[in-house]
Amino acid sequence: MCGIAGLIHKKAGGANIGQEMTDMLQALKHRGPDSTGYALYGSPISNYIMRINLAEQADTKKGFDVASQLQSRNDLVDARMAELGANVAKKENSTSYALRYEVSFDGDLKNLIDYIEDIEGVEVMSCGNGLELIKDLGDAAVVSAQYGINSFQGSHAIGHTRMATESDVDIRSAHPYWAYPFADVSVVHNGQLTNYWTNRRALERLGNRFNSNCDSELIAVYIANRISEGDDLEKAMRRSVEDLDGVFTYLVATSDSLGMAKDVMAAKPMVIYESDDFIALASEEVSIRKIFDHDIDTFDPYEGEVRVWQL
Amino acid sequence: MATVSTSGQSHDMGLHTEKLTNRTQQRFFDAGESANLTYAWAPEVDTNKVGTLDCEGMDATAINIRIRELMTEGCGTINLSNPGSMHGLCVGILSRLQLNVTGSLGYFGCGLIDGPNVNISGRVGWSCGENMMAGTIIVQKNAGSTFGAAIRGGDLVCRGDVGSRTGIDQKGGTIIVGGKTGAFTGFMMQRGRMIILGDAGINLGDSMYDGTIYVGGKIEGLGVDAVPADLNDLDRKWLKSKLDLYGMEAPNGIDNIQKIVAGKQLWNYDNLEPSEKKLVL
Repeated sequence: MCGIAGLIHKKAGGANIGQEMTDMLQALKHRGPDSTGYALYGSPISNYIMRINLAEQADTKKGFDVASQLQSRNDLVDARMAELGANVAKKENSTSYALRYEVSFDGDLKNLIDYIEDIEGVEVMSCGNGLELIKDLGDAAVVSAQYGINSFQGSHAIGHTRMATESDVDIRSAHPYWAYPFADVSVVHNGQLTNYWTNRRALERLGNRFNSNCDSELIAVYIANRISEGDDLEKAMRRSVEDLDGVFTYLVATSDSLGMAKDVMAAKPMVIYESDDFIALASEEVSIRKIFDHDIDTFDPYEGEVRVWQL
Repeated sequence: MATVSTSGQSHDMGLHTEKLTNRTQQRFFDAGESANLTYAWAPEVDTNKVGTLDCEGMDATAINIRIRELMTEGCGTINLSNPGSMHGLCVGILSRLQLNVTGSLGYFGCGLIDGPNVNISGRVGWSCGENMMAGTIIVQKNAGSTFGAAIRGGDLVCRGDVGSRTGIDQKGGTIIVGGKTGAFTGFMMQRGRMIILGDAGINLGDSMYDGTIYVGGKIEGLGVDAVPADLNDLDRKWLKSKLDLYGMEAPNGIDNIQKIVAGKQLWNYDNLEPSEKKLVL
């Protein structure tokens, strides 16, 4: 089933989007309690923010040498960054396996990420100047407490609560997906894609990388591929409605925009609230209502509809 | 506008063994009928006795139980506030009641009801009035998809726009939409009538068996086996009485409303083997 949510604050300075998104996602918990993910956009900085996972959560709970294994992977990540000339300005870890780096780097970003991901078990979950992509197992309350999300200030965000139907319950199959290798582009999806393998084979032949077997990852890779072919976000999304088969509603966020697309069968829900300086979208109105203490006017987008909001 | 014809390839081949022509609800359609707005035999309630219910801090089960308690106490009118778009509220009410909801409902609001008159000041989520047997529901703002799924009687009114698959599997009663409706409206509709005053999306009336859809705006596309028909005086009379009842108006006048019915080319009540059916469809 899955629940998705998104919001944009247009007024300068943003708002406490961490708390707002947690409230929205917690209200959607009944749509999927397996994992929760956030793509939060704060004020852009000059360095790259990289979120790197060293292992799956389940793998960190077994094996007597797991701590040293994680440490050696961590050392290898640091060594490879240094080797390619990426200077680590800041390094934090929220859990034993989830790292957050702030890196200054002038070279080929794709090259750097490929080199880091070449280390066994290591995945670069996101990279951008404002994007903080956080995903883990459990509901929104668990994940937000684990990663200290609730005080996060920013302009826009998308989020996801997952009910695993097409692939495993693990962090690599959780949403949002980052549209590797494009900085600050992320995707959340509710639905099932039925031409996943056809598209995946075609996209892999073009050199795109897939980290999981989750059908939703295809959307992120598809969008990334279309952007690299010269499409803008809206054009890429309009094309996706024709090219992707199945039932879906998905959200895409970039550094300065947020978009939604709905399949031609209109089989998956989406409710939109729009005002001059604030826009919120979610699978159910009950989620948007968590931000307001009063009644709001909302509407459902129609089949095949694509909307993009600029910051 | 084309008239309805039941002749087609399968009929021309003489493969049907059952006579289907004229077998439609239109034959027993009366413009003055009440369409199960309430049952004549339903016990009267005291609408002057008013109960109030503030849903703040309550869950859906507790709210539904409280509605029943108030009804048992003899309240004929209940004013419900702060529903907070919660799912599954006001369901399974099986007698007369004037229920005034201030706010919006989530999914499956007012499902399985049999007799009450409900007024909702806000919006409703997916599947409002699902499986409703009798009564009226009036939604003042927009509604989500599968509005009035499988209703069997009563009037379900939305003054705003509704989502997709409105009246899917409708088996009776009336659905009235003041604004637009999405794709697959009237999908597999079996009986009853639907009035869409605004535009309708693609695949309108797809695979409908029977029933009638009236559209006041543009139709983006008809579904399989949905065909246009001519408005007759009975239709006009009924449309006027229904729209007057809820103070609504057709944007281009009642005479310009398009009428969509089942073509009945997909009716296959015959002795054909599946392989033969493929040949004639």
